[in-house]
Amino acid sequence: MYNASDLRKGLKIQIDNDPYVIIEFQFSKPGKGQSLYRCKLRNMITDVILDRTYRSGDTFQPAVLEERKMQYLYEQENEFCFMDVENYEQTFLTADQVGDAKNFLTDNLEVEILFFEDKAIGITLPNFVDVTVTKADPWAKGDSVAGDTKPITVETGYLLRVPPFVGEGDRITLDTRTGEYVTRVKE
Amino acid sequence: MSPGLKNRSSLNEQRRLAARKQHLFLRARMVQAIRQFFIENDYLEVETPQLIPAPSPEVHIEAIRAGNQFLHTSPEICMKQMLGAGYTKIFQISKCFRQGERGNLHLPEFTLLEWYRTGIDYNHLMKECEALILWVSRNLDMGEKLRYQGMDIDLKAPWERISVSEAFFRYASLSLEMALKKGTFDELMVNEIEPHLGVTKPTFLCDYPVSLAALARLKPGNPDFAERFEIFVGGLELANGFSELTDPQEQRARFERDLKQRCNSGKQVYPMAETFLKSLEHMPEAAGIALGIDRLAMIFANRSKIDHVVSFTPEEL
Repeated sequence: MYNASDLRKGLKIQIDNDPYVIIEFQFSKPGKGQSLYRCKLRNMITDVILDRTYRSGDTFQPAVLEERKMQYLYEQENEFCFMDVENYEQTFLTADQVGDAKNFLTDNLEVEILFFEDKAIGITLPNFVDVTVTKADPWAKGDSVAGDTKPITVETGYLLRVPPFVGEGDRITLDTRTGEYVTRVKE
Repeated sequence: MSPGLKNRSSLNEQRRLAARKQHLFLRARMVQAIRQFFIENDYLEVETPQLIPAPSPEVHIEAIRAGNQFLHTSPEICMKQMLGAGYTKIFQISKCFRQGERGNLHLPEFTLLEWYRTGIDYNHLMKECEALILWVSRNLDMGEKLRYQGMDIDLKAPWERISVSEAFFRYASLSLEMALKKGTFDELMVNEIEPHLGVTKPTFLCDYPVSLAALARLKPGNPDFAERFEIFVGGLELANGFSELTDPQEQRARFERDLKQRCNSGKQVYPMAETFLKSLEHMPEAAGIALGIDRLAMIFANRSKIDHVVSFTPEEL
């Protein structure tokens, strides 16, 4: 159980049985009046943003969230299937829940799946993921200058710009936080 | 901790303090100007204890325990006892302590200026506030106009005066009566009213409902309201003053009401401030006010966070 004075940015609490994270927090107190704890909260399942003002005396249930190491298996009809690496249990996330992470989901990739009360609600990727280039135009030497880039497609269907020397079939490392090319993998 | 990390954190610490240097210089000059104002107006500077046996039983102010006593939340009670003993014009700049108050405008340890004067009421006190702030501004070579967070604020007297019920009528979604009934006075004050106050001139927000004035005198002829006011500059609450309640019976009744409310809401219960109540028997008519020194420094230094005008916040120690 949390008290109003425990509230701070980043704290996760339950409201109407949904997990919320406090994304903005402000303490205020008018004159000789009571302490007010103004929060902007994000629903961790729906991403809906709420504004709430709490007072001292209010109490909160912590949102108990758990991350499990899981392996990405396959996508089917807008659902993404993951398997727990310890007990082989399978679970699904919707395309909305996976979001841009689908650009980096290669077969058998190990990710962290976020659970709220046994329900999968989100995904955390490793910071760096290696992928295979599936489509790239050949590098025409001479008609490019240093700093040039060209568009390519990788095995997940993700399209990005990379240095011109990257070719089809190459393995490259992507930064999943920025979506950008990092380096070519030397096999 | 590795030596590298330690060096880096002490470097950050140096940078932080260096960045605040100009604000701390301004603050020091400001405090000197305040002292000079009161000395030139024949006030006596006093020091009362910070460690006291019984804090004022405000419903929403939490005192910090120190051994079997408390750190004072304001020097109010001791200073008023001095009025009862014949001191007529006194001021004090002291550190005060309030548990759990931390935000952009709050520190649990902060600096209050309080001054008290016998033989005057809150109208006269408001005039003195106008004179003080103008004096300080001129002494900081900042003239009569202030620029705070994009607002141009004219410090020349007279400042704007607006009653609490008028402010609710003008700015809030509920009337004062409805807000009190529904218990949303504080929310509406912070969210809907304060941002409009003191935007072009400092504003006196006057005449609080009696339920929100623990130590203020009632308005003659209008006992639903007390002669209490607050000062706002650029939406920022700067000071709280009032005509002092001098009736020991009435004061005891209000303290008992507030202590009971503290008890009912599960807050720590303070001992009754008996010595203070006794001293009220000899207290003449008077008015007094508490003004936040940190907030005033924010205004003159044009800062939006209290952190920027102190050398250390609790988190930086």
